Amino acid sequence: MKTLPTVDVVIVGGGWTGLLMAKELGSRTALSVVVLERGGPRETDHYGDDMDELDYTIRFRMMQDISQETVTLRHDSNHRALPLRQYGSFLPGSGIGGAGEHWSAVCPRFLPDCFELLSRTTEKYGAARLPEDHAIQDWGISYDDLEPHYARADLLLGVSGKAGNIRGKQSEGGNIFEGWRSAEYPTPPTKIPYFSAVFGETAKSLGYHPYPVPAATTSRSYTNPDGVSRAGCTYCGFCETFGCMIGAKAQPTNILLPVIAKRKNVSIRTGAWVRRIVHDAPEGNSKARGVAYIDGKGEEVFQAAELIILASWTLNNTRLLLLSGIGEAYHPATSEGTLGRNLTHQVVFSAATAFFEKPLNRFMGSGASGMMLSDLDGDVFDHGKLPFLRGGTLGARTARSLPISDCGVVPKSVNTTWGSEWKKAALHYYDRVGRISFSGEHLAYKGNYMDLDPVYKDHFDDPLLRLTLDWRENERKMVEYVVPKAVEIAREMGAKEVTPYSGLRRYDATRYQSSHLQGGTIMGRSPEHSVVNPCLQHWQVPNLFVLGASVFPQNASANPTPTILAFTYRAADAIVDRYLKNPAALV
Amino acid sequence: MRRREFLTLSTTSIGGAFVYSLDREISRLSPQGNQPIRIPLRFFSQAEARIVAAAASRIFPSDEMGPGAREAGVAIYIDRQLAGPWGRDRYRYTHGPFEEKAPAEFGYQGKATPRQIYRQGLQGLKRFDRLKDGEQDEKLKQIEATLFFSLLRQNTIEGMFCDPMHGGNIDMVGWQLIGFPGPRMSNYDDVDQHYGEAFRPKPVSLREVTGRKVRPGEDLE
Repeated sequence: MKTLPTVDVVIVGGGWTGLLMAKELGSRTALSVVVLERGGPRETDHYGDDMDELDYTIRFRMMQDISQETVTLRHDSNHRALPLRQYGSFLPGSGIGGAGEHWSAVCPRFLPDCFELLSRTTEKYGAARLPEDHAIQDWGISYDDLEPHYARADLLLGVSGKAGNIRGKQSEGGNIFEGWRSAEYPTPPTKIPYFSAVFGETAKSLGYHPYPVPAATTSRSYTNPDGVSRAGCTYCGFCETFGCMIGAKAQPTNILLPVIAKRKNVSIRTGAWVRRIVHDAPEGNSKARGVAYIDGKGEEVFQAAELIILASWTLNNTRLLLLSGIGEAYHPATSEGTLGRNLTHQVVFSAATAFFEKPLNRFMGSGASGMMLSDLDGDVFDHGKLPFLRGGTLGARTARSLPISDCGVVPKSVNTTWGSEWKKAALHYYDRVGRISFSGEHLAYKGNYMDLDPVYKDHFDDPLLRLTLDWRENERKMVEYVVPKAVEIAREMGAKEVTPYSGLRRYDATRYQSSHLQGGTIMGRSPEHSVVNPCLQHWQVPNLFVLGASVFPQNASANPTPTILAFTYRAADAIVDRYLKNPAALV
Repeated sequence: MRRREFLTLSTTSIGGAFVYSLDREISRLSPQGNQPIRIPLRFFSQAEARIVAAAASRIFPSDEMGPGAREAGVAIYIDRQLAGPWGRDRYRYTHGPFEEKAPAEFGYQGKATPRQIYRQGLQGLKRFDRLKDGEQDEKLKQIEATLFFSLLRQNTIEGMFCDPMHGGNIDMVGWQLIGFPGPRMSNYDDVDQHYGEAFRPKPVSLREVTGRKVRPGEDLE
């Protein structure tokens, strides 16, 4: 194994969190910083010719190479897990920028009570109302602690939207249920396509409080505090599973790379597949010494480092710690061990698929252009007499309408899937179908967790990560409550036919859900129940920090990117302002 | 090296759209009487390609609603996909053990590659292209629940609506059918206009938009 001279900081992963941390440390300190990214390189203007649905959406050009590594899944710990052999319910990105390149750029914040879910819920409804098998926890910080960092993330991305609560003052047209904001959004809301506009008007007439989807596909050109400028969105519709061909969508390559490129103390190595974090003692307090990786030529390399930032994709953070033997693996039967616990996904589906008489021109839009409402989110509505806790948002985004993916969605009255009759309906409805989608909270349960698979291996012969994951009654009841409300809005919008969501059964790995998985290396106030402290520093290994949604104790219904960035800023402050002065446990 | 095979189509069989695709290029052929068109195949034998073309044409027929799989060149599209990395399962995790009878929520768990699934599936459709439309439909109904049929159906939709660089959607006939304008760079002036009315800009292909040839995935590796 080749050993490289010690650097100050090694960052595992070149996506949103890794590159934001590299930018912060590179700009605010003179530390030598090395970013290791296992995928390929990308430049700021990488996406001139990627607007091809087949290669990008159907064949997953931007995703991790699933032939090399995947995860296995089982619904409960009594079953044997099987590998996810092709992509389905989530899409991990690869290459510089990671999933931050192919995202939809939907940018909500989490509701304030999400961060104190256990104590707020118990306080209001009593511990008896919590699901029997729950593993819900408080995060160890409050929304108020995080707000300044949310504001930094919004400015970094130039998020477009309309505030509904500026320092406690509610304003119509924004999300009146959201947590307080210190300032208005950096840019005004995006344009609203037809289907979304009708959803907004109708929802309002029914007494809901719709607002424009917060979007990092910005409504106009924008220059962020780092001096990085981007063009405004042109609503071409090629956002999710694509990089933005004009750079209007905020991506790590167009807002972080230009700043990093000016810093001589930061270097990025692509094709560097980290297999282990090397540390002194297998258990108890120890020090990480560096990382072992395979470089692009297949050579084994040891990169020594004083400080290690684990910033790979959410599931891989957990896997790398398990493979490295850092921390105690979680045991569901006894609830001992913390590493791998609290695996959550997000409850996302088309609540009402609505068929209209008029064409919708759905090819025009962006990943985040649309209207949504939070009247059914979190604890915004009283759950006293309801058979479930929490909720989610309903929304009508006009994200895209790509023909391979979308042609063939027909009303239930058409009962064939091929031939002339089906073709006639498929052509007619292609641009007459809109989806009212639900994005709901997935609670944490003792039985949903991650460990290493005993059978299946990756291309280096390392064990795959095994997900033990299924929905529970709380999610199913929530869905039963929400779907009729979405159907009512769709009918009121003038839909001729509406197909309601058929309901949650078992976790289905074939149906795209969202790429928002959480947990495994969760944060919290005590090492008995969490892997990292509220500064995202590992409880047992003080020179190791973990970034990304793997630190979230549970899902929060909203899409996670602004929250992930806010926590990264907060961790960067903890490192620069405190850790570097005294490299020890911060809590 | 396998014997060079061609899909030979009469001009009538592709229904008046005198357009075909050679190895890489999409070109327009002037209608010159009833000259047959010979398209070099990468994966299928001629007999297989004719069966696939016939079956795809029952899935997405050419009818009074407009052109279908034949005019779009779906069989050519599928031939190229099977010859390329997707056909040999480059994009799938293929380590064993395989659990062929896994519940549907786990997705396809089998060992067979798309090439093998097609080869085996086509065994059951011998002389399919010689049957009458109604008989073809009956035959397809018998295999509707098979993995082969679901792949064929999915690939037919792909071949109808992919960018023309992949060999299907010739002359953007699929996009014209549904009013999809292709990778149109800007809808800025239109996205909040035309409410309730069809807005149908003329379709453009990726090559027209970028002004250069883009390498399709089936030609990689």
